[in-house]
Amino acid sequence: MTEPLLRVDGLKTHFLTRAGTVKAVDGVSLRLDRGEILGLVGESGSGKSVTGQSILGLVDPPGRVVGGRVLFQGEDLVGAGEKRLRAIRGRRIAMIFQDPMMTLNPVLSIGTQMVEAVQAHEKVGRAEAWERSRRALVRVGIASPDERLAAYPHQFSGGMRQRVAIAIALLHSPDLIIADEPTTALDVTIQAQILFEVQKLCRETGTALIWVTHDLAVVSALADRVAVMYAGRVVETGTVAEIIGNPRHPYTRGLLESVPSRNRRGVPLRSIPGMTPSVLDLPEGCAFHPRCDRSTGACTVMPELSGEREDRAWRCWNPVAAEARGDAA
Amino acid sequence: MTAAPIVELDGLTKRFSRKLDVVERFARRLGATIDDRAVQAVSGVDLSIAEGEVVGLVGESGCGKSTLGRMVAGILPPSAGTLRWHGRDLRELSPADRHHANLKIQMVFQDPMASLNPRLRVADIVGEAPVVHGLVPRREAEAYVAALLRQVGLDPAYLRRYPHQFSGGQRQRIGIARALAVKPDVLVCDESVAALDVSIQAQIINLFMRLREELSLTYLFISHDLGVVEHISDRTAIMYLGRIVELAPTPELFDKPNHPYAKALLDEAPRVSVEKRRFAPIRGEIPSPLDPPSGCAFHPRCPHAMPLCSAERPALREIAPRRWSACHLNETTGP
Ligand SMILES: Nc1ncnc2c1ncn2[C@@H]1O[C@H](COP(=O)(O)OP(=O)(O)OP(=O)(O)O)[C@@H](O)[C@H]1O
Ligand SMILES: Nc1ncnc2c1ncn2[C@@H]1O[C@H](COP(=O)(O)OP(=O)(O)OP(=O)(O)O)[C@@H](O)[C@H]1O
Ligand code: SF4
Ligand code: SF4
Ligand SMILES: [Mg+2]
Ligand SMILES: [Mg+2]
Repeated sequence: MTEPLLRVDGLKTHFLTRAGTVKAVDGVSLRLDRGEILGLVGESGSGKSVTGQSILGLVDPPGRVVGGRVLFQGEDLVGAGEKRLRAIRGRRIAMIFQDPMMTLNPVLSIGTQMVEAVQAHEKVGRAEAWERSRRALVRVGIASPDERLAAYPHQFSGGMRQRVAIAIALLHSPDLIIADEPTTALDVTIQAQILFEVQKLCRETGTALIWVTHDLAVVSALADRVAVMYAGRVVETGTVAEIIGNPRHPYTRGLLESVPSRNRRGVPLRSIPGMTPSVLDLPEGCAFHPRCDRSTGACTVMPELSGEREDRAWRCWNPVAAEARGDAA
Repeated sequence: MTAAPIVELDGLTKRFSRKLDVVERFARRLGATIDDRAVQAVSGVDLSIAEGEVVGLVGESGCGKSTLGRMVAGILPPSAGTLRWHGRDLRELSPADRHHANLKIQMVFQDPMASLNPRLRVADIVGEAPVVHGLVPRREAEAYVAALLRQVGLDPAYLRRYPHQFSGGQRQRIGIARALAVKPDVLVCDESVAALDVSIQAQIINLFMRLREELSLTYLFISHDLGVVEHISDRTAIMYLGRIVELAPTPELFDKPNHPYAKALLDEAPRVSVEKRRFAPIRGEIPSPLDPPSGCAFHPRCPHAMPLCSAERPALREIAPRRWSACHLNETTGP
């Protein structure tokens, strides 16, 4: 019996707003083994961040997890007390936010914050904690770490702050890191440095990783498996090779085809028509159907997630044929 | 290719004297040593853009792309250097001609929401400038805006709506319609597709390419996304710390970059592929524009750096027809 490190089962997180119920996450299931990297992709508003926040019990009101389970090493975190969650956060599951100032305190020096972060979960002396912090900064490409530890967040550029937040997440070699678009603001050369460290950590310590992004290129280079979200649901999941090489859901295929480097230079890009639906006003049935070139009468009923395996599945009545792949010319 | 360039930059430079922010002033009162310092955001950039050409501009965050774009669009006065419009120095034009030239170069910004006045309706956002500048009589403004909306792929029925009633992609179309409203010849696009989802981004890139054909527009296309720049531009300029370090026809540059920084950038850019990749660590640290390295600004990170590199700044030289690069390696080994 191999119980995965993390199993998310039918997770539903809704926001009760005056304008109506926003079903930001509406029945999401994921699984992750030790050392595995899962890329969570989808367009803006599809529910990626809320999924990550729900796993850690960090959803802000008026949002609430209204259904499903989050099993972390067999323990259900939905409904776990705040004290228990705090013990897990940081040490065993670390979150890297899109905005590094969610992690950093503007009035404390970087060194103070990092030493505190080390000592919050481990009984080590100040000198040892300082040394660990130094090494963590070097790992994310920050030179002269001693000087930097003495500095305050405002003395760093946006990209450097983000790297400090990433260094803090790496401090304890947690079992799971949830990273929410952490490198979108960074230069590709620095991004590559961060991805190098993250890959190394997963390989060497068995840390598992959920990497939230809309950048398919990063996902394809970094992840083992991918889950594609659309309007609060997972619409396709599989290994990177399966998703990139043979997407079955029309939305996934459309996303891949619109990447500029997969199109011939100078000719119009293939693109998905229409726009992202509002979660308050989702179409009946498959939420993608107003934009889908394969839709039929059946699509006004929501298809189930089904496929070859639990982790190779798609949510579509008329999936793209198994061998027909829209390859770039 | 030999026609007089529509826009020509000659030694264009921008210095900012950086004011301390609140926190820094506070920290200084407590005894921290923080000075007001000058940032040279753009240093002596030469660039000619031919009529109808698309020039892509890439480089890491803070290297001066937006500052350069804003100077070209006439929003930001240069500290030094010359900007020529159809071969004529902008400073030597009569006020009327300069005004005309400024209208002919328009800018499309990154964040569609932040660049549109939330209290104005689309009809006014797009229609105001052409009326004010006397391009269109007020009576005809609405019909004019309706035609523009159609041109950028929006339903003219949206005339009376406010920006918040649109999606990100639609707002970017409004921003483009507003720029087109004064009948420009040149568009400076600053990260104009960066905030958009991949599927919407493709629609807007296609719109830019269609407008180029329909209106014979010239573009300076700023983006940190190499894939986007490779797709859309005829020539690509790569900037590092305020200077252009390589400039070449796009296919040649992407096939065979010359400058070590251009190589690093292209090597590190992730591509969509079915193969997992092993990332490699970089050397060195991104330098601060407050304290640029001596000589070649890339030398602390360059795998080929030699003693000359920290002593002397390499000039941007034509190393082959239409290919420019600023690296000492071209002098020692030669093309
Ligand atoms: N506090 C809130 N109140 C109401 N709705 C919310 C709130 N927070 C998030 N939502 C909604 O939940 C949905 C999912 O949001 P989420 O932030 O998870 O999207 P995302 O996939 O991370 O998008 P992005 O790529 O833009 O970060 C969105 O439609 C959003 O408007
Ligand atoms: N108004 C200003 N005052 C002071 N410094 C400025 C100002 N505008 C820009 N700078 C500085 O000039 C440099 C170049 O900034 P610029 O915005 O042109 O970079 P960029 O290449 O567009 O970066 P990004 O990719 O992050 O948009 C930066 O160091 C920035 O901090
Ligand atoms: S279920 Fe129908 S509308 Fe939805 S993706 Fe499949 S074919 Fe398209
Ligand atoms: S001039 Fe020297 S340091 Fe600069 S890019 Fe060339 S080899 Fe590298
Ligand atoms: Mg998000
Ligand atoms: Mg910029």
